[in-house]
Amino acid sequence: MSELAIEVSDLTKSFNDRRALDRVALQVESKHIAALLGPNGGGKTTLFRILATLLQPDSGSARICGFDPVTAPDRVRRVLGVVFQSPSLDKKLTAAENLRHHGHLFGMRGRSLERRIGVMLERFDIDDRANDQVETLSGGLARRVEIAKGMLPGPKVLLLDEPSTGLDPVARLDLWHQLDEVRSTEDVAVLMTTHILDEAERCDRVTILDAGCVVAAGTPASLKGQVGGEVIRIDSDQPQAIMERISQEMNLTADVVGRTVRIESPEGAGLIPKLAEVLSDHVQTITLGHPTLEDVFIHQTGRSFNREREE
Amino acid sequence: MSGAVAVQRAPVSLAVYSMWRRELTRFWRQKSRLFGAVATPLLFWLVLGAGFGGSFSHSASDSDTNYLEYFFPGTVVLAVLFTAIYSTISVIEDRQEGFLQGVMVAPVSRGGIVAGKMLGATTLAMAQGLLMMLIAPLIGIPCTAMSFFYALLALFGVAFGLSGLGLMIAWSMESTSGFHAIMNLLLMPMWLLSGAVFPLSDAHSLIKVLMYANPLTYGVSAFRSGLYHSAKSAPAQAAPLTACILVTAAFAILMVMGSIRLANRPSRNGR
Repeated sequence: MSELAIEVSDLTKSFNDRRALDRVALQVESKHIAALLGPNGGGKTTLFRILATLLQPDSGSARICGFDPVTAPDRVRRVLGVVFQSPSLDKKLTAAENLRHHGHLFGMRGRSLERRIGVMLERFDIDDRANDQVETLSGGLARRVEIAKGMLPGPKVLLLDEPSTGLDPVARLDLWHQLDEVRSTEDVAVLMTTHILDEAERCDRVTILDAGCVVAAGTPASLKGQVGGEVIRIDSDQPQAIMERISQEMNLTADVVGRTVRIESPEGAGLIPKLAEVLSDHVQTITLGHPTLEDVFIHQTGRSFNREREE
Repeated sequence: MSGAVAVQRAPVSLAVYSMWRRELTRFWRQKSRLFGAVATPLLFWLVLGAGFGGSFSHSASDSDTNYLEYFFPGTVVLAVLFTAIYSTISVIEDRQEGFLQGVMVAPVSRGGIVAGKMLGATTLAMAQGLLMMLIAPLIGIPCTAMSFFYALLALFGVAFGLSGLGLMIAWSMESTSGFHAIMNLLLMPMWLLSGAVFPLSDAHSLIKVLMYANPLTYGVSAFRSGLYHSAKSAPAQAAPLTACILVTAAFAILMVMGSIRLANRPSRNGR
């Protein structure tokens, strides 16, 4: 029996003429937290819905703990916890009532259900609000109840769709605290979709999805290793001119993303004095850094990650 | 790894119970619904009943029956209709607010979800109907345990059928706004042409045809004969009691089966 919690290969899905997923492959090991990173419209949610048994792919295969969401949706649902981007709690019910209802749908009942509800309320630190109607809870607290609900039946795989959407920075940190807690206490694999680079950075494995295709996959460190050494960014109001000058006078490859000129180079720091000298009058700032996942995205697609999102 | 995982579906009865209970809890926490479902039919009854009272001469029954009394069973059915329909229509809100998506990824048949919802709506409608029926003795309809029992039985059939109808309409609707058109163009005419407001025997022949085709006519008629079970005389029935009971039961079963089938259909792409 394979150790993979999620295994996707060659998965393709089109809506009318638009190809939302194009031969996508993905693997998540048990006990890992994996991110599906990509700009909005990249196909993350389509993949999420297929894995959650809510949408059928055109071709290719998906397996969750060895079960096929197309031919055996009920088996998949038994081992799957799902946290949607939009709330799925009944606002008129209390947190505990929402959990109880969800447990019933999974065939849990009686004292074992109550015990498990107690464990979840305590683990996610919502026991003092257990008997408050969900409509009185803050966004961060409600998200905790959502995750508690998803984890209640003890799933082998937890799917989260953009879990930090609508959360303030404090609640986001809190969410991560909760996910770490989940990972350390339950035998579960987590797959989250996200368009937030920092969030993906914290995962064990990242799959970058753009325009329905996987453009890169690996651990955050290995992905960043694909980008050559260090990254120099030069902000300027004439990026095009600067890029040309760099390639002529310094014989370096540079690319322009928005108003930033990027240079990937193994000897990053050593180049800076020379760059400052050559470009002195046109430059606003020069920064040097280790590659981020954004650099990985640009490296693979030649486009800025954020620009897509602002459109 | 998969060996340790239970693969059977969760028992449907537990899901039905849980959905049913949720309906009741929600209703109880929305007090305005409680009020609205009883107050509107009561207002109809008093205003229409008092207004038409003078001009009502019901040829087919004995002269004892005044309009307020004639209209009363129809009012109870209206309360049942309002509650059953508004309870099932909440499935649209469930979908919009996202609650339904969480239910859809649970290992339980969608038919069970819908059945729970329908049972909840039926229970609430019955409770409202029962509340209204307490007025019956006050307006001179002789009530006994038996007449109450028969009337409730008929009302149960009506409530179940209307809940099923409501769910079938609501299941595939995207928003509640479209629902108002359905309420005005289908459900209110159904009630108006059920013998609730005027007797079938007095109607124009074209209207008569519509009334005979309307399943609710038989429900109202069955309920009325249940209510008058212990009375010496009663308003004339639209059809023989057996036919009324059969049509009401058949309609309820048809609607329930229909909505469960609809829910069990594979979901549409991308929704």
